[in-house]
Amino acid sequence: MITKEASPAAPARHDSTPEPPSRPARKKHRAWDEVPRWHIYLPLGIYLLFTLIPFYWILLFALRPAGSTSLVPWPMTTVHFEKVWTDRAFGTFFQNSVLVGVATLLTTTLVALAGGYALARFDFRVKRVFMLALLCSQFVPGALLLVPLFEIFAGLQMINSLGSVIIAETVFQLPLSMILISNFIKNVPYSLEEAAWVDGCGRMRAFRVVVLPLLRPGLIAVGSFAFVHSWNHFLFALMFLNNQEKQTIPVGLNTLMSADSVDLGALAAGGIIAAVPVVIVFAFIQKWLITGFSAGAVKG
Amino acid sequence: MAQAAAVAKPPTPPRRRRASATPRRLPYLLIAPAGLLMLGFIAYPVISVFYYSLQNYNPTKPWRNGYAGFDNFVHLFTEDPLFWDTLVFSAKWVVVEVGLQLMFGLALALIVNQTFVGRGIGRALVFSPWAVSGVLTSAIWVLLYNSQTGITRYLADMGIGEYGTSWLSDTSTVFSAVVVADLWRGVPFFAILILADLQSVSKDLYEAAEVDGASRFQQFRHITLPHLKDAIILSTLLRAVWEFNNVDLLYTLTGGGPAGVTTTLPLYIANTSVDAHNFGYASALTTVAFVILLFCSIVYLRLSKFGGENK
Repeated sequence: MITKEASPAAPARHDSTPEPPSRPARKKHRAWDEVPRWHIYLPLGIYLLFTLIPFYWILLFALRPAGSTSLVPWPMTTVHFEKVWTDRAFGTFFQNSVLVGVATLLTTTLVALAGGYALARFDFRVKRVFMLALLCSQFVPGALLLVPLFEIFAGLQMINSLGSVIIAETVFQLPLSMILISNFIKNVPYSLEEAAWVDGCGRMRAFRVVVLPLLRPGLIAVGSFAFVHSWNHFLFALMFLNNQEKQTIPVGLNTLMSADSVDLGALAAGGIIAAVPVVIVFAFIQKWLITGFSAGAVKG
Repeated sequence: MAQAAAVAKPPTPPRRRRASATPRRLPYLLIAPAGLLMLGFIAYPVISVFYYSLQNYNPTKPWRNGYAGFDNFVHLFTEDPLFWDTLVFSAKWVVVEVGLQLMFGLALALIVNQTFVGRGIGRALVFSPWAVSGVLTSAIWVLLYNSQTGITRYLADMGIGEYGTSWLSDTSTVFSAVVVADLWRGVPFFAILILADLQSVSKDLYEAAEVDGASRFQQFRHITLPHLKDAIILSTLLRAVWEFNNVDLLYTLTGGGPAGVTTTLPLYIANTSVDAHNFGYASALTTVAFVILLFCSIVYLRLSKFGGENK
């Protein structure tokens, strides 16, 4: 793709400043505008098909009556949703998943922000060891620590409490979040902070006023990783919560799938319920990412 | 403001505001919460896995429990063909998945980093599978691959392929089928991380390169790629580890089958501990998996000279 873009764009670049015939307002970023449109739309369109067909497929199964083979979800029915929400307790699962997701988002972001700042801005004695521990922890498969983790939570009397899942999700999100945040902080010039100190700000205030706004896209990325990951992850919930009242959506979905004869309509409806909050979060993130980027925060 | 400052700073020098006088304890205070959590819920369980790997430990056969020395490891390396089979499959799975995800993710990030009409919605749609869970991905692709009502039925209607084809239960197609399902979800991960990193490339560099007459490809090769290098190295490494450990999708989509051809090492371990309750042997397998991952990662970081230029 990139190689193809190179040749058609090349000749145009040499006639530099003197007024280009079209689009004078965009003069500054001309280079990026010169990419032929079809180099963008064609691959994007093909990729969009690959992305969207599976989504359409699950919508189709969720909305068309059982046994129908129509490729259009018409006549439309909500019977699968009603069944899953009440009979299969997805209403309860939904509440539990929201609680776990929000709590994990908050704890992960706060703890990782503190740690990430220390890693980005200070040299201290255990830093190398700590960085190494962070990297190493990435190689520890959470799935394989299920047994010892279960024993720890049993010892803490936390089996069957959402707290155990929140802690486990936070812990396994932390290393990556902290590495990402410290990289984002490193990208903010230290001199900006120093300038704020010279102006009489304390370290905390300088951080809040100068660094934090620039970190917004990064923090939103990290926070949404944490939320989405804990929303989606099912092994911990499967292991630590054995009471149906406490279980989360992915566990419910897994139960639907592992049934002897899979009810495809119910499975599809359950899947849509699992996807909706994430899609909403996602729409929200998109808006913030784009405004965050275009607000000039990163352009400097 | 005042109280916020007091929280972050230990109260040693009460009136000093200069950062040069930052208390020495501050970085330790800042990493303490993360450090303690990881100590208690990662380090300690890991140590107990090492401990169990030297034990016979099976809650369903308590009379055999006790110190086993290196029996588990001996059995693993000499008498267990499944270990080697699953290890080879894991390697194949990781290399194929991460390679393809990086390729498509990089291309996708570069495309949606352009300015074009509909960019916002285009990004949102193209990235959306990232947010979908392994279990949900399985659910979707189970519907797509279903032999009766899945995509093959409609392809057969159009004269392509045969009715009743199930890509997931045929050993010759199952690998591609699973790879495609995981790509669907994995490509956006790379695209998002790379796109985020692309935002911090200074526009001045491109302008300067243009003044010097560099072609688009040269700009990509000499400005974009070096800038992305660390992000690419880190994200491929993390993704490789993640794909290696990814049990959700394979477990729910194929269950490691048909005939065990899609069983990765972690899936084998999960089966050993959850189904067979053989915690001791599962711990030995985990220990070996951990050592292999660590070794590969160190080699990878060395070869790629991660963070080499920065400090």
